[in-house]
Amino acid sequence: MITLDDQLDFDEEKEFGAPVAPHSARPPRTVAERVGVAMVAIGTIALVAMYFAGPFLGGWGSLLVGYFLPAVGGVLAFVARYRGRPVGIYHDGIAFSSTTHRGVTAWLLAFGITGFYVALYFRDDLTGALGHDFIAPLVTITNPLAQLLASQDASHWFLYGFLYTLSVTVFGVRMWMRYRHNRYQRLRTVSVVFFQLVLAFLIPNLLILFQSKEYYFTYFWPLKPEYLYPSAWQSAEGTVAFFFYWSAFMSLIATPILTYYYGKRWYCSWVCGCGGLAETLGDPWRQLSDKSTRAWRIERWMIHSVLVLVIALTVVLWVNSAQEGRVLGDFSQAFSTFYGLWITMIFSGVVGVGFYPLLGSRVWCRFGCPMAAVLGIIQRVKSRFRITTNGSQCMSCGNCSTFCEMGIDVRAYAQRGENIIRASCVGCGVCSAVCPRGVLKLENGPEGTRFKV
Amino acid sequence: MQHVVIVGNGATGVAAAIRVRELQPDWRITMISGESTYHYSRPALMYIFMGHQRFQDTKPFEDSFWPEQRIELLKDWVLDIDATAKTLQLHRNAPLTYDHLLLATGSKSNKFGWPGQDLDGVQGLWDLMDLRRLYKTIERTRRAVIVGGGLIGIELAEMVHSCHIPVSLVVREKSYWDNVLPYEESQMVTRHIREEHFDLRLETDLKEIIDDGSGRVAGIVTGNGDRIDCELVGLTPGVHPNIDLAKTSGVPTGRGVLVDDALRTQTDGIYAAGDCSEIVKEGDQRNLIQQVWYTGKAQGRVAGENIATGQATAYEPGTWYNSAKFLQLEYQTYGMILPTVTAQESLWWEHPNGKHGMRIVHADGCVTGFNLMGLRYRHDVCRRWIEEQRSVDYVLEHLAEANFDPEFFPRFEAAISQQLKGARP
Repeated sequence: MITLDDQLDFDEEKEFGAPVAPHSARPPRTVAERVGVAMVAIGTIALVAMYFAGPFLGGWGSLLVGYFLPAVGGVLAFVARYRGRPVGIYHDGIAFSSTTHRGVTAWLLAFGITGFYVALYFRDDLTGALGHDFIAPLVTITNPLAQLLASQDASHWFLYGFLYTLSVTVFGVRMWMRYRHNRYQRLRTVSVVFFQLVLAFLIPNLLILFQSKEYYFTYFWPLKPEYLYPSAWQSAEGTVAFFFYWSAFMSLIATPILTYYYGKRWYCSWVCGCGGLAETLGDPWRQLSDKSTRAWRIERWMIHSVLVLVIALTVVLWVNSAQEGRVLGDFSQAFSTFYGLWITMIFSGVVGVGFYPLLGSRVWCRFGCPMAAVLGIIQRVKSRFRITTNGSQCMSCGNCSTFCEMGIDVRAYAQRGENIIRASCVGCGVCSAVCPRGVLKLENGPEGTRFKV
Repeated sequence: MQHVVIVGNGATGVAAAIRVRELQPDWRITMISGESTYHYSRPALMYIFMGHQRFQDTKPFEDSFWPEQRIELLKDWVLDIDATAKTLQLHRNAPLTYDHLLLATGSKSNKFGWPGQDLDGVQGLWDLMDLRRLYKTIERTRRAVIVGGGLIGIELAEMVHSCHIPVSLVVREKSYWDNVLPYEESQMVTRHIREEHFDLRLETDLKEIIDDGSGRVAGIVTGNGDRIDCELVGLTPGVHPNIDLAKTSGVPTGRGVLVDDALRTQTDGIYAAGDCSEIVKEGDQRNLIQQVWYTGKAQGRVAGENIATGQATAYEPGTWYNSAKFLQLEYQTYGMILPTVTAQESLWWEHPNGKHGMRIVHADGCVTGFNLMGLRYRHDVCRRWIEEQRSVDYVLEHLAEANFDPEFFPRFEAAISQQLKGARP
């Protein structure tokens, strides 16, 4: 018998706040899923062995076993797992899992990914200081592919691009399977995989093959500030000139127009590589984003500070260039190095991806990306995009807010019957997908009807 | 400065508190609940259990909202109301005086006196205590039986199922929820439940729940004598207004706490709103008891307004609407649609795959309601069409305007329109 005192003494925040699985039964695994997991395990063990003993399976053999076997195994496991479940929204156990709820596994993963980024970005420093190149064995294994695509041995940046693309693809399959009843999610996933694979991996490497400068058609100023630096202009002839004009066109003309018509999402959750990784590899951790108003306050300060920084940097570089280095010579160089180290490498790379399992998948996009800041200002001030709330049907369950990777408290708007128009919304559409009452819809429409109350 | 006390911190109580604060920036507002310190979304209980969310994710407002709005939260039980002295007796805290009191005590699970209904392992799904009970029982559960159908029944079944435990649904009706849904919709839900591997037993009564000898559930026996061994029995045969406090305190009650259409009880200074209220309106044949989230919120808002202004603005139920999700099948309804609606009074379209359906109910050529299965439609548009008494032809012509499915989803309006135009009266 439960007494009045039992209920008053019951601490719901404690009991249900750090949830434990109510039942120890695990979902049954099919044979295909087990085979997939085994492939991942065998490939990973082989990779570790080759890391220490060298690529003993030969050029292509090592590449196929060390990298492609786990990838194919991962695809198989994801397809098998989700095919075995009825189509729909399944978030069962997300709050119980060590991997998806900041348990030991999550911390280990975070250490692993962060360590990889540190080893990658600070390769030369680490090699110099410790006399050992940690990344080299992993790079060597990818040589056959680098030779095939770019006709040169792999660099550590090739390895990075390769692993990045592989992750987006494998976890893209996972995303597709999870949301296969939802055509918006399917198309969006195909889009991010396509842009990563073709425009951010194959084409940059083929450009090297054809003796051109490496160039990413999916990154623009101010996310990739060097594309509009004076140095890009000064070396501009032939294809390089085209790259400069393309960058300028995309940043200054296409971005405002596309954002006016479709909102920030045309870029952030359909094209961008950072967004692509967040929407695929990062999907298991989207619920970890901080929804508090405090986090929102920090977000606005931080992201706009980075934007100011990158604009200032670009201006300084151009002024310095116009003055032929007489005025700001050393300063502009130091400024540029500072930005490259702290913002691009540490913020967007090490923290942005390394902390996926702890802070969610969009830390960089939300707190740091200057491109997102520009897109966000346009989306907030002048755009046809909004998330419409359907009448007064919200029953405040909170699924939308929980699964918003950008940490927007979607429910706060939905339960008041208001449309959601927020600078940070990347239009991933997951809030609409997970809503059990069909209350939310992403859409473009006349500006006048956006702020409906 | 006046003091408003609200008993209950559910959707109704919170809507009222917010409305009072909007209109009376200086008044003192206290919201009392013995169940939880903070308002949480009751419909989200299932998501906590299934591991979709943590408890704190189900709180619709940040904790800082309450001090900012100067709404005092008190975790306690109200034992008695002294309406003359305008004082509340509390279980733990000192008596509390009020100027205006709102009863928003919600509802309670029905129980029909089944043999064995108080055994360990038998429960409903209503509050945090039920959730706690479920955590305890589920560990030893190898099979569960849910009795009673409806929306809470299917939620409870889904929760148990998420633990990979087989579930039997024992339902009296011929087809799932057909006491609310017309035949085709109910059939669609029935099929969907079976497709997702639930053991659905229709036209089956619960006769008794069997004791294992130690006061725990060992199984159930159905009306036709079948025995199902199980460790968990979920009883979800609906809810009734929670009028316990009103009753002990002498506030007049019927099935619910009796109020006029301005949500005032017959006792001075006391209002009641939401699931616990029974609205008596002159001229209406039947008193109004509404027990869904939306009506609770709407009634709470009106009660808050009347408390704050001292006026008697009537609660206007407006065009009925509701929505729900049966496992993965979404359902929306606009306008009052009876389960007995006939083919002459309505048009039904169903996709060949059996996963999308729409019913348009009409009277005298005008559209009076929509049922939507596996489709999302715009609330504002459907309500407007019903209130403007649009013709069936007009609605079929403009159907696409009302679609609210996510972008790129397949659209069926052309097919619906074409098929139903042929079938219209």
